[in-house]
Amino acid sequence: MNYLLGAFKPACNISIAFSDGKNRKQVPMKKENGQTAMVPLFQSQETISGKVCIEPYQGKKVEHNGVKVELLGQIEMYFDRGNFYDFTSLVRELDVPGDIYERKTYPFEFPTVEMPYETYNGVNVRLRYVLKVTITRGYAGSILEYQEFMVRNYAPLPAINNSIKMEVGIEDCLHIEFEYNKSKYHLKDVILGKIYFLLVRIKMKNMDLEIRRRESTGAGANTHVETETLAKFELMDGTPVRGESIPVRLFLAPYDLTPTHRNINNKFSVKYYLNLVLVDEEDRRYFKQQEITLYRLKEDTSS
Amino acid sequence: MRAFDQLRQLEIFFRDESRHGLPVVDLYELVQHAGNILPRMYLLCTVGSVYIKSKQAPSKDVLKDLVEMCRGVQHPIRGLFLRSYLAQVSRDKLPEIGSDYEGDANTVMDAVEFVLQNFTEMNKLWVRMQHQGPGTVREKQEKERNELRDLVGKNLHVLGQIEGVDLEMYKETVLPRVLEQVVNCKDELAQYYLMECIIQVFPDEYHLQTLETLLAACTQLMPTVDTKIVLTQLMDRLSNYAASSPDVLHEFLQVEAFAKLSNAIGKVIDTQLEMPIVGAMTLFVSLLTFTLRVHPDRLDYVDQVLGACVVKLSSVPKLEDARAMKQVVALLSAPLEKYSDIVTALTLSNYPRVMDHLDDGTNKVMAMLIIQSIMKNDSCISTADKVEVLFELIKGLIKDLDGTDIEELDEEDFQEEQNSVARLIHMLDNEEPEEMLKIICVVRKHLMTGGSRRLPFTVPPLVFSALRLVRQLEAQGGDIAGEDDPATPRKIFQILNQTIEVLSSVPCPELALRLYLQCAEAASDCDLEPVAYEFFTQAFILYEEEIADSKAQVTAIHLIVGTLQRINVFGVENRDTLTHKATGYSARLLKKPDQCRAVYACSHLFWVDDLDGIRDGERALLCLKRALRIANAAQQMANATRGSSGPVTLFVEILNKYIYFYEKGNPHITPSDIQSLIELINTEMQSDNGNTTIHSDPFFTSTLRYIRFQKQKGGLMGDKYDLIKL
Repeated sequence: MNYLLGAFKPACNISIAFSDGKNRKQVPMKKENGQTAMVPLFQSQETISGKVCIEPYQGKKVEHNGVKVELLGQIEMYFDRGNFYDFTSLVRELDVPGDIYERKTYPFEFPTVEMPYETYNGVNVRLRYVLKVTITRGYAGSILEYQEFMVRNYAPLPAINNSIKMEVGIEDCLHIEFEYNKSKYHLKDVILGKIYFLLVRIKMKNMDLEIRRRESTGAGANTHVETETLAKFELMDGTPVRGESIPVRLFLAPYDLTPTHRNINNKFSVKYYLNLVLVDEEDRRYFKQQEITLYRLKEDTSS
Repeated sequence: MRAFDQLRQLEIFFRDESRHGLPVVDLYELVQHAGNILPRMYLLCTVGSVYIKSKQAPSKDVLKDLVEMCRGVQHPIRGLFLRSYLAQVSRDKLPEIGSDYEGDANTVMDAVEFVLQNFTEMNKLWVRMQHQGPGTVREKQEKERNELRDLVGKNLHVLGQIEGVDLEMYKETVLPRVLEQVVNCKDELAQYYLMECIIQVFPDEYHLQTLETLLAACTQLMPTVDTKIVLTQLMDRLSNYAASSPDVLHEFLQVEAFAKLSNAIGKVIDTQLEMPIVGAMTLFVSLLTFTLRVHPDRLDYVDQVLGACVVKLSSVPKLEDARAMKQVVALLSAPLEKYSDIVTALTLSNYPRVMDHLDDGTNKVMAMLIIQSIMKNDSCISTADKVEVLFELIKGLIKDLDGTDIEELDEEDFQEEQNSVARLIHMLDNEEPEEMLKIICVVRKHLMTGGSRRLPFTVPPLVFSALRLVRQLEAQGGDIAGEDDPATPRKIFQILNQTIEVLSSVPCPELALRLYLQCAEAASDCDLEPVAYEFFTQAFILYEEEIADSKAQVTAIHLIVGTLQRINVFGVENRDTLTHKATGYSARLLKKPDQCRAVYACSHLFWVDDLDGIRDGERALLCLKRALRIANAAQQMANATRGSSGPVTLFVEILNKYIYFYEKGNPHITPSDIQSLIELINTEMQSDNGNTTIHSDPFFTSTLRYIRFQKQKGGLMGDKYDLIKL
């Protein structure tokens, strides 16, 4: 966006390279224009280091009032257009004001950066980490270059992980009891459970288990809530009879899920729900929603 | 089914893929990502089978998982097909004994468990089919269900084929589980079909050992279930099994198969009140067949079955249903066939009581069957008691039952029936005269109730049977028997007399006459003059009073004369009376030729060519002369009426008699008599212008030729004949 500032052709080419760029894991990230780019993956408390290389175009010199590199953690609300909120901002001065005539490389390092939040790309909100190189110039504006990277944080196994068990129903119509083996799942987990039918008086067409994501942004009166259904998994086909118990086994791996985010910097929350939907023959839907907590478990190297 | 083939292709593909590096376990997980359950489950089953084949996981776990996951498909038809697909792909992968997948933790128990569970679920789905959809399509649904039943039954089939299911396991696990499902599903169609399957699929010896359980289940089925067919099949199988080898019979005894079956049937019949009588009867037939096969020596069992049958039959007003009737006939025929000896059946006390419940027509059919059985096996009933029972059985043939419309009866059938009865009477025999007499009395008692239509058929055999006894006594030397002995010829004759008397009142005088004459002859053989005389008297009375038809009279006269001629017991006085009577009757016949013939026949009464026979040549001659006179008269009459004289034949016949007596040495017949007779005939013939030559010529000429021949032969006879001049 900030390219607009450079109405003319930039005078130089800036590139940012991470020091362990070759070995670091790359993950795909969706960019604003819909394309996916591979970006390096970091986690909190890591040291982020690398080099910034400034190469002026042939025969040009770059006059500047200083070069700096910033590490920014930003939260961007789409409805609040262009308004970034930086929750992390670290700066390294790379050069004192002067001229650059030829290619020049500046190493930089941010040791053990605290990055408490994960990169998140939602419907109404985006949380991103970016390295920003600024060549400050007195006139004609600054020359900027961004390098995004992704942050994922791993959670330990939760100490308490109760199963979800509940009996619900509509009087004299439908009574079911469902059970999911846990309330907290990691992203590659399997939801196991069963649905036990206590009373069936309606003719059912099918029963689905949905995974829904609820993203709420803003606060107070400005709260925007966006709900998406990420997965729809058919559990049952046809009408069961009383006493029937239907197994649930849902692999989370194939779905594009993130950990649950609660109240990130007072700006937004992302929550996940399991929604059990029964559809009867007249296409009426009966459902019961249960929140589950998703967390990211440290993946072993194999996957 | 085509889809299954496609899936098989897929299975092969999956196997390839796993060869190419992707582990099956991943594949197994991967297919579960599919969002829609139906494709997911088919994929899962397919991959699952590959998984088992790869032996990377214990087959029992995979199977258990599969059968569990399939629960997701609750739609009856889709579920049925899915599970049947599962059964199909897993069929060759069950950890049964002897298979590759058996061993370690995978036991045959797991295989059984798997199949049982799959079966249970499938059955539930199947049963549920009927509860879905509106009532209007109920019929269509029933049809569909019927078509799908094999999918369910296949499981039982597999269960029956699993290697290593021994009796113990069958008894403890398989059967109770299956039956529990069957009983609990409370669905008529399913219960019926599944019971049938169970009976067909599992080996006979298992059935035998678990009879109690199986039968208990039968009684718990829905009231509308056609239990009888189920039971019938079971019993048929068991009886075939019993028949297959005699070694297994002791097993039947061991488990008291009969008692159990019999109990079960009783219960079923009691509980299913609306079961048509034909059903009950079918059950009894099966049970009986079973009993006969398995316990051929236990008559009491057979009787017990019949007894139960009687109880059932008496609870309903009257058998109307033709099919039920048929079953009863089958029921009654079974022991006949088995024992091939009616005597055994006669000892069954309930047998006649069952027969009582048949309608008249069927009763007759049954009676015929009994008789035929006796005939076929040539069995001889030899005690009075049994005869009594037998006749009680066939009383449908013996007498008119109430309400039978005689006109309905087909004459031919009737005759055949009665002939059968007649034949039957001849089958009754006993060496012991005393017992035989009793038999005869019993038979007589029954036959007497038969009414006028039957007596002509039934009395003669009875009479002859009695006469046979008389002869037998005679042969043994009748004197030995003292006065106390009931079986004296005299007594028998008394009975006979009464019997025939009945017949004469029927009226059937000719027959009665013949029988009297037979008896008279027999009596004469026994040297019982008064008796014989009495019989003759009866015969004569009959002749006088009852026989009006002239033809019948002629026959009767000839019969009387013939019999009288043979009887030698009479004293002079009695004999005179009788012969006189006979001759008198002869002369009073209507037609002249008949008179003539009867009279010359009478001549034999006076000349019996025996050692001690009467040789009253004079009276014989008298008879012949009288015959001649009548012949003359006849000729004149013929001349007068028709203008031609017919009966030269009579003369020739008389001539023959003359020659006979001459040959026998009757002193009163002289050659001149014969000669003059020949001349007479010649004259007659000439005067007749050869009208009758056509008839009498050959006869006459051959008679003459005979005389010439005797002359030429010479010897004693030749000398005699020489005196006759031609």
